[in-house]
Amino acid sequence: MSQSNVNAPAWYTASRVLIPGLLLVALVILAALVSFVWTPFDVTKLNIPAKLQTPNTTHWFGTDHFGRDIFSMIMVGARTSLAVAVLAVGIGLCVGIPLGLTAASMQGSLLDEIIMRGNDLVFAFPALLIAIMITAVFGPGAVNAIIAIGIFNIPVFARLTRGSALSLWQRDFVLAARVSGKGATRISIEHILPNITNLLIVQGTIQFSLGILAEAGLSYVGLGAQPPTPSWGRMLAESQTLITLAPHLALFPGFAIILTVLGLNLTGDGLRDLSDPRIRRR
Amino acid sequence: MLRYILKRALSLVLSLVVASILIFVTIEIVPGDPASYMLGLNAQPDTIENLRRELGLDKTPVARYLSWVGGLVQGDFGTSYTYRTPVADMVADRLMVSLPLALYALLLSTAIAFPVGVLAATRRGSVADWSVMGTTQLGIAIPNFWFALLLVLVFAINLRWFSAGGFPGWEAGFFAGLKALTLPAVALALPQASILSRVMRSSLLDTLDEDYIRTARAKGLSRRQALWRHALRNAMIPVLTILGLQFSFLLAGAIIIENVFFLPGLGRLVFQAITQRDLIVVESVVMLLVFAVVLITFLVDVAYALVDPRLRQQA
Repeated sequence: MSQSNVNAPAWYTASRVLIPGLLLVALVILAALVSFVWTPFDVTKLNIPAKLQTPNTTHWFGTDHFGRDIFSMIMVGARTSLAVAVLAVGIGLCVGIPLGLTAASMQGSLLDEIIMRGNDLVFAFPALLIAIMITAVFGPGAVNAIIAIGIFNIPVFARLTRGSALSLWQRDFVLAARVSGKGATRISIEHILPNITNLLIVQGTIQFSLGILAEAGLSYVGLGAQPPTPSWGRMLAESQTLITLAPHLALFPGFAIILTVLGLNLTGDGLRDLSDPRIRRR
Repeated sequence: MLRYILKRALSLVLSLVVASILIFVTIEIVPGDPASYMLGLNAQPDTIENLRRELGLDKTPVARYLSWVGGLVQGDFGTSYTYRTPVADMVADRLMVSLPLALYALLLSTAIAFPVGVLAATRRGSVADWSVMGTTQLGIAIPNFWFALLLVLVFAINLRWFSAGGFPGWEAGFFAGLKALTLPAVALALPQASILSRVMRSSLLDTLDEDYIRTARAKGLSRRQALWRHALRNAMIPVLTILGLQFSFLLAGAIIIENVFFLPGLGRLVFQAITQRDLIVVESVVMLLVFAVVLITFLVDVAYALVDPRLRQQA
């Protein structure tokens, strides 16, 4: 790395990945929001005469085997992807943070041990396996995909929270709070949590992007959102049977997934560099 | 050291027991009776009752759990509801596809990531480094099943170098089998290789900054010698962790990739079993995969303790 970059302000190096990342994410969110009020074509309407068109001026990304507009379907599919991934991160945060804070405040106790072993256990189940089991029991669906990815997220946040909270408990300001008579719960919420928010946001962005990939994978194998709800993963699955006839069907949903995940990863990298200038050289 | 291994082994067994209970209870909630499902709507009540007895469904849940786990320990995975054949045989057949696929992909991703990571780290800030970082950023964002579709489009449909799917079986010869697994393995390996290259690079950058590297250079070793003798060995520890973690992702990924290429592996078996409500198969395959993941974690932990004695004190 050249010398000028080492001396550049943190926001400058960080912004080189943060801004493109945020722009991509904003684009996808915008597409999802706009799709609620407007899409170029109605995605629920079949138009067989217009089937399997390659990209043209009317249908920017072409049409599928039912004559539905791919561009519109991708806009609506963004809703599914974003909703599943956001809610799954929400589950991870809401369950993982309290678990991690509790474990850290009672370090070495039986409860700490149980929480940590429980984390290890859940970690042994890849999200796909959880989804397979939930589907075997309750049938496939977007909600089950959310639960499966959400459960997978819990130990990630619990471990991160506990690990970073443990070092904070050694700090003087926490000691001061204890001396002033605050209980473990209050200290965890008022002093520990605000100090690990940065880390949690960065990890949240990473889990968000993993969630988008996981959702796509689950709907690809038929364990995610069911028809008629459009989803990028299922569009890819449907494109597979037509891949010799209409290869463009397989391209655009893939690009949508890649741009979303890339945007989130760049945002995460940028945020991490901002919150920890020491690693910005890397 | 022995004490450490015993302690880890105990926690391994404990997690397997808890995992098996979790899996059993989850599948137990499934509404509907497998026996009546298998026999269809018009079955006589006493036929159903006979089948229930034959499958052991008339026993209490605890008794069934114990006989399931007891069987697993002895390599008996029960009998498939749909095919009436031992699940262990079905699983063994499928493993002959899934396991080679996961290992092939692991090998590929390591073979790519190692030189790429070293190149990027030793030439930090160069064009090579920037292109590695850019490509890997993209590689992480690409869903492997989509990449698999592209591979099929290019190498199977247009160039006709490979078949678009299916598996001839190892009886058709080692290389025929390997050829059928090549596109799936490449698709699986791409995101893993991207992650691994980045870990390799940053881990090596960390060790190259260490004092002992400066010492090694000061005592007269060339950059290359210091890299090979000191930096690489120390940089391998984080890389090993990620490799261990990746194995579980590879197994899960293999399940999806098998569907792209119509490979008769564990993944296809599980999805068929779900649609046919052959729950004993789902139960056993999930348990087997969890066992694989837990075992790998255990082996990585032990490998660490062998390399780094300090870790033996902690756990």
